[in-house]
Amino acid sequence: MNDLRVRLSQNAALLTAIVVFILFYVFYNMNHPRGFSVAVLIQNSNEVFTLAMVAMAQTVPVLMGGLDLSVGAIMTLVNTIASHLLNGSPMQIAFGMVVSLAAGAACGFVNGCIVVYGRIQPIIATLATGAIFLGLALFLRPSPGGNVDDDLSWAATNDLYEIAATYGFAQNGEAGWFQPISWIPVPLLLLVLVAVLVWLPFARSVTGRTVYAVGSGEGAAYMSGLSIDRAKIAAFTLGGFFAGIGGLYLTLQTSSGNADIPQAGAYTLNSIAAVVIGGTSLLGGVGTAIGSIFGALILRTISFNFRIFEIDPLMQPLFEGTVLLAAVSLGAFRVLRVKNTLELFR
Amino acid sequence: MSAPPKDPAQAHVQLTGVTKRYGGVTALDNVDFSCELGSVHAVLGENGAGKSTLIKIMSGVVQPDEGEIRLDGRLASFSHPAAANAQGIVCIFQELSLLPDLSVADNISISDPPRRFGLIDAKAQRRRAEELLARIGCEDLNPMSRVRDLPLSRRQMVEIAKALAKNPNVLILDEATSALTAADVDTVFEILRRLRDDGISILTISHRMHEIEAIADKCSVFRNGKHIETFQQGARSEGEIVQMMIGREITAHFPPKPPPPDSAEPMLELKKYSWEDRLKSIDLTVGAGEIVGLGGLDGQGQKELLLGLFGVLKGTSGQVIVQGNEVDINSPQDAKKAGVDLALIPEDRKTEGLMLPMSIADNLTIASLKRLSRGIFVDADAMTAAIEDGIQRMQIKVGSSADAVSTLSGGNQQKVVIAKWLMTEPKIVLLNDPTRGIDVGTKQEIYRLLRSLAETGASIVYYSTDYEELIGCCDRVAVMYDGEIVRELQGDEINERNIIASALKMDEAAQ
Repeated sequence: MNDLRVRLSQNAALLTAIVVFILFYVFYNMNHPRGFSVAVLIQNSNEVFTLAMVAMAQTVPVLMGGLDLSVGAIMTLVNTIASHLLNGSPMQIAFGMVVSLAAGAACGFVNGCIVVYGRIQPIIATLATGAIFLGLALFLRPSPGGNVDDDLSWAATNDLYEIAATYGFAQNGEAGWFQPISWIPVPLLLLVLVAVLVWLPFARSVTGRTVYAVGSGEGAAYMSGLSIDRAKIAAFTLGGFFAGIGGLYLTLQTSSGNADIPQAGAYTLNSIAAVVIGGTSLLGGVGTAIGSIFGALILRTISFNFRIFEIDPLMQPLFEGTVLLAAVSLGAFRVLRVKNTLELFR
Repeated sequence: MSAPPKDPAQAHVQLTGVTKRYGGVTALDNVDFSCELGSVHAVLGENGAGKSTLIKIMSGVVQPDEGEIRLDGRLASFSHPAAANAQGIVCIFQELSLLPDLSVADNISISDPPRRFGLIDAKAQRRRAEELLARIGCEDLNPMSRVRDLPLSRRQMVEIAKALAKNPNVLILDEATSALTAADVDTVFEILRRLRDDGISILTISHRMHEIEAIADKCSVFRNGKHIETFQQGARSEGEIVQMMIGREITAHFPPKPPPPDSAEPMLELKKYSWEDRLKSIDLTVGAGEIVGLGGLDGQGQKELLLGLFGVLKGTSGQVIVQGNEVDINSPQDAKKAGVDLALIPEDRKTEGLMLPMSIADNLTIASLKRLSRGIFVDADAMTAAIEDGIQRMQIKVGSSADAVSTLSGGNQQKVVIAKWLMTEPKIVLLNDPTRGIDVGTKQEIYRLLRSLAETGASIVYYSTDYEELIGCCDRVAVMYDGEIVRELQGDEINERNIIASALKMDEAAQ
């Protein structure tokens, strides 16, 4: 009982984000003419997945006490790479996916090395590398386009039934055992898989623990004999990997590559907003990538609601900004507890 | 110099000829020191005697410039704290090494968490935390709670549990009991005795004589970076210990003190001034033209007293009366206001005193901009004159006042900080250890300046970790211990023996 209370209070921000999302999303479905249908769920999952990945990418450096301004750029670069490689034989496509994800991780690794060995603040280092990544993306895709395997594109952006039907397993999706799960949207399943198979193990690894420790107090982490440099590089590399998944998915979703610079900037800014709304402290040490997923869901649900009520989309930044400000303000209450005001400046 | 251990074969950690210098200051001077398994060894000494440097060297935080460390007779060197930990030397530092955002269980196992399939095993980690917490009598602590949410005394117990988790064979405690409640201290001592009986070597620094009597088997006294003597606990009286701790050569010259005035009108009065558990019902009166020193060992609330008066601490209670009027100071801005006229020369000039990349001129005038302005614009002529005047008055050696203040030497930087505050024409000047790390010549200029300020009627509250300065400069010395003023010394009473005896709260022995 006591444990439960401790856990609840420690995860208050995450729980708030989940509750807010559920309220927004139920409200949306209630007002949607085809609300609570699989079709709507599939469409929404598609619209959310890339931002959720980029938000997860942002979370890892933020937990460490840094900010990664290149997540949108990495996503865009991977998008342009994938738009060249996702075609041909199944082997070629698989190879293209691996290369795309590796490129994302490599971008993050470069960020980490610059921060650790160059002793440059993350925000400046990633501002610079972000521009470089966008430059590479423009080089690879001077104008939008690409050649992406149609079957894969279709299968990855629909429900499990379409995968089975496209690739001919489970009796083309008609098998009896397959029916209970055939409605699940692929992007939703991927989101859960990434969270469970990548994020949760990372958070429970020694490196993951060290990322939290560095964000909480770098001096104390050092004095505890932790490997700080390795954790920093790992944090950026994992961030790059998540952004790479986002870029890869964007390629399948749009069937093309586009070195869209404003879009990259918008994704970076939204990722920071999602991280904060999801309850991760920008000072580092507190939070989780799961929260950021819900942060991304909230941001996207806001725009769904705008669509359904036919509110002028020009109002959208205003509303999103207000939600972000409210989320940040909740985190600022700690200041009221500080008894030595000099500590506020340290 | 030092007494060699009776049986060198038993010495577990042995330091030979260890010297450590910080810049021009020799913190440890050719020290021989050893501690044996199965004993509790207390290290005594006043501020700056070298105790902290000694344990920093033993635990791998700093490396000695000369000399060697032997562990079980083998030559050892620790390049960082983790290397010392790996050899079984674990230190509980005064500044806590806990990660505030992680849970108690996470913190206890931070260096080597239990793992399963390569991942941290949360259940095993929790069991381990529960075992260790039970061992130190803290079963009530939930291992899941975040360290940030715990009070200081509980955090200190977590720190002890964290040290025990490393299975030390040398455990070093740097004033680890200073934040604990009396009941916790008893528990900790009980654990320490048990560990000693298991054959662990324990080294403790404490300023509480009664605690040393209760726990120590051996005592070593340090003075000025030198190891003076090691003796069995109880072999020396408290008077003799004080005698060993004092006896420093007087190196500085102080301006003569005026005879005490018959009745100085009070400039600053404190009544029952308290804050959190760091300041306990302080009563203090400072007369106009008086220099009052704050004495005692480091960290007994002296800094908090000065910060509190300057409006930095929230939630202080009691009365502050300035020139007969009760005032309410909630920020440094309030403290500067007319009618209060306070100035604080802060402890750390690099972070709290100066804006290092800005020019000397900007730094000098930054606290007096209102005074130097006409309307909303800064008066350039008044500014230039004030800068000239400040540089003249403090005799700051500058090339050009437009140079960045970071280009100056430490002593001259400190003069800039002082000149900046004198420019506000304060009536009460608070100084937080202003001579730390500056040269003797500048120190003496500061002493003369303080005296001349006092002669113009200003009141000065002066905290120094250097007893010599308190003796040489102050008309009165209030000695603090654990957030209280335990003794006020006046006139001839202000001597090293009295200050140290009061600082250790053992007046009766020193009489």
